[in-house]
Amino acid sequence: MIKTTIPQEEVLKSGHLACPGCGASIAMRYALKALGKNTSLDIPACCWSVIDGPFPHSAVGVPLFHTAFETAASTASGIRAAYDVLGKKDVNVVAWAGDGGTYDIGIQALSAAAERNDNILYVCYDNEAYMNTGIQRSSATPWGAWTTTTPVKHPKDRPKKDLVAIFAAHRIPYIATATVAFPEDFVKKFQKAKEIKGTKFILIHSPCPPGWKTRPEDTIKLSRLAVRTRIFPLLEVEKGIHWKLTMNVKKPVPVIEYLKLQGRFRHLTEEDVKFIQENVDWEWELLMKKLENK
Amino acid sequence: MRKPMIGNHAVSWGATLSRVQVIAAYPITPQTQVVELLSEICAEKKLDAKFIKVESEHSAMAACIGASAAGARSFTATSAQGLALMHEMLHWASGARTPVVMANINRAMSPPWTIWTDQNDSLSQRDTGWMQVYCQNNQEVLDSVIQAYKVSEKLLLPTMVILDAFVLSHTMEVVDVPDQDKVDKYLPPFKPEYKLDPEDPHAFGGLTGPDGYFELRYEMQEAMEQAKSLWEKTGKEFGEMFGREYGLVETYKADDADFLIISSATIASTARVAVDRLREGGMKIGILRIRVFRPFPVERVREIVSSVKKAMVIDRNISFGASGIFYQEVKAAMYNVSNRPPIFGIVTGLGGRDVGVKDIIQMVEDVDRMDSPRSDIIFKGVRI
Amino acid sequence: MEKKQPDKKVIFKSVKEMPPMPVSLYDVSYNKTGTWRNVRPVINYGKCTYCMICWKFCPEAAITLEPVVIKGKEKPKPVINYDYCKGCGICWTECPVDAIETQEEGK
Repeated sequence: MIKTTIPQEEVLKSGHLACPGCGASIAMRYALKALGKNTSLDIPACCWSVIDGPFPHSAVGVPLFHTAFETAASTASGIRAAYDVLGKKDVNVVAWAGDGGTYDIGIQALSAAAERNDNILYVCYDNEAYMNTGIQRSSATPWGAWTTTTPVKHPKDRPKKDLVAIFAAHRIPYIATATVAFPEDFVKKFQKAKEIKGTKFILIHSPCPPGWKTRPEDTIKLSRLAVRTRIFPLLEVEKGIHWKLTMNVKKPVPVIEYLKLQGRFRHLTEEDVKFIQENVDWEWELLMKKLENK
Repeated sequence: MRKPMIGNHAVSWGATLSRVQVIAAYPITPQTQVVELLSEICAEKKLDAKFIKVESEHSAMAACIGASAAGARSFTATSAQGLALMHEMLHWASGARTPVVMANINRAMSPPWTIWTDQNDSLSQRDTGWMQVYCQNNQEVLDSVIQAYKVSEKLLLPTMVILDAFVLSHTMEVVDVPDQDKVDKYLPPFKPEYKLDPEDPHAFGGLTGPDGYFELRYEMQEAMEQAKSLWEKTGKEFGEMFGREYGLVETYKADDADFLIISSATIASTARVAVDRLREGGMKIGILRIRVFRPFPVERVREIVSSVKKAMVIDRNISFGASGIFYQEVKAAMYNVSNRPPIFGIVTGLGGRDVGVKDIIQMVEDVDRMDSPRSDIIFKGVRI
Repeated sequence: MEKKQPDKKVIFKSVKEMPPMPVSLYDVSYNKTGTWRNVRPVINYGKCTYCMICWKFCPEAAITLEPVVIKGKEKPKPVINYDYCKGCGICWTECPVDAIETQEEGK
């Protein structure tokens, strides 16, 4: 008997259309392992609208409703209401959206679903730009990053929107951050979310080789560095008020180790890197003040 | 059981009797009473439905589509700006073949702010693949919601049941509320072949290139073609079950008419009084009321219009830069008919300006003096 | 979708063969993404410690674990499915004992 640390059964089928080394495809693979086949997905416009495969084919192996860009959360609310009325209360209803469809055009519907505490799991795989349309900036694009709409002479000059804090303010039962370098932590969070009633929000840091200008083989390394530099803390927030770190980073790696692997940051000066490091340190200090476990 | 009720409540009762399962709606004047009564009905457990209090009409339609795809009968109601906001999702509902039924209270589009009736909001959506039914009284409103589910679920195309703001939505009329068990016999539960079901997983709406899309659209048009006979068949069945029969169109004293008024909704209803008076004066005049606008009942229109000497379409709407919309559609239907009469187009009543019996009589008398239309629009009732 | 899967992308010959709505009827197994590869990973089973890290991280689910008995113990042997491996390189980058070698395709 082989004992694996994450469920062994594959739900996601090989042959999907993701770029080699795509963080979002690894994320979906883990999510489906954690959630199992009794799951219904709805996916708005994003890379996964294409990754799943062309009509009449599908890669995910579970029911999937492709929906309009801003409607991931509202469609999920409708699906959940239908299942409840039809007596299928145990089916996992999961909205699976990119950062564009979550931070920007989809934030209204998600805020509404969260305010109503609809029993859905909303997952945002964050590759930090509108990748499916060719790498345009979103409000999830980090400070200083190149995108086609924040070219090197005008890189993004605003910080990344803090979605975890926004949804903590909605006081939903469960929020978690996860990334593909830590599969056990990832799967555990999805399995925990599955058992909770109400709105759950999981944010996944999802490296994108073409968009970040990184080597496909570095995806896991980047995802690990994002955590180890404290740029992307792995945490949970329960009921919007109990903040817990699920992986402490006692000796952080300097941010330059993460940034230097990415072409989208190649233009950064020493000043810029210093600024980024200061901000990461400051955000971490703020986080420390909120934590219940230190 | 006969009860006096406003048009909005007739919608609520139609939805209740149809045993809708998911309602997602956002308030807008003059639709609010539809949803308010449905809220009460759900709270009193007279209807086993989930009510999602969405934050916009766009989300309302998205939620209805999701619910329908998951196998539940879903319903919403809106008007004007709300309908316009839903526009993207109207295309989604028809393309995804989800049989959502929606009540649209015809309200004029803003700016300027207005809450009164005209038909531009629903007619702007005529290309979205939704079936459209224009009602002339509250009874028809209630009945049409039920009939709409029957047709929509058979063909997998959504329907909007349309009623005039205030003239119907807020006006009391006596309505016969059918018995639930009779409605259950007429309208069976929603059982779609393809739905979001973990036991039988499918992806809905995946990327389709030029090598596949055209056939999917052909299927939608095919369904619209089948809809014409299905609206008539289910309308006949409705007559047999409930004593009130409905077709694609309705005629009033048109059999021997030389002059035909063609209109829809409450103007067609008011026109009956005008027609009765004109008939007293010796004029051979009748009405063709277009009830189902999508699919457009070309065959019925041709049948009836080709037998008259002159036709006058009254539009409570306008396609800017062209003409009244029912006018365009009637003319197009008649174009290839060899013995077509001259057809005149009146645009009136925009923004809820009243169209009374005297106004209609005046329109008829003015057109009666003309041999052929000098322009595509004859404005009536506007102070130029 | 436990039915017979087609070996290439389906293009319906007529509406008569189609479902009435845009629903999927098949999976993506027709799509042999192994053809995307420039570099092929080859596992050196002499060095492999059966840690399963390559299986865990593969974005394509193109590595399967086959139980083998080594020195009387059951071990999960990772086997790469070259029909689907895109050659992204995550497995050889993450392997903690450098047990995955690379070979240029077409050589």
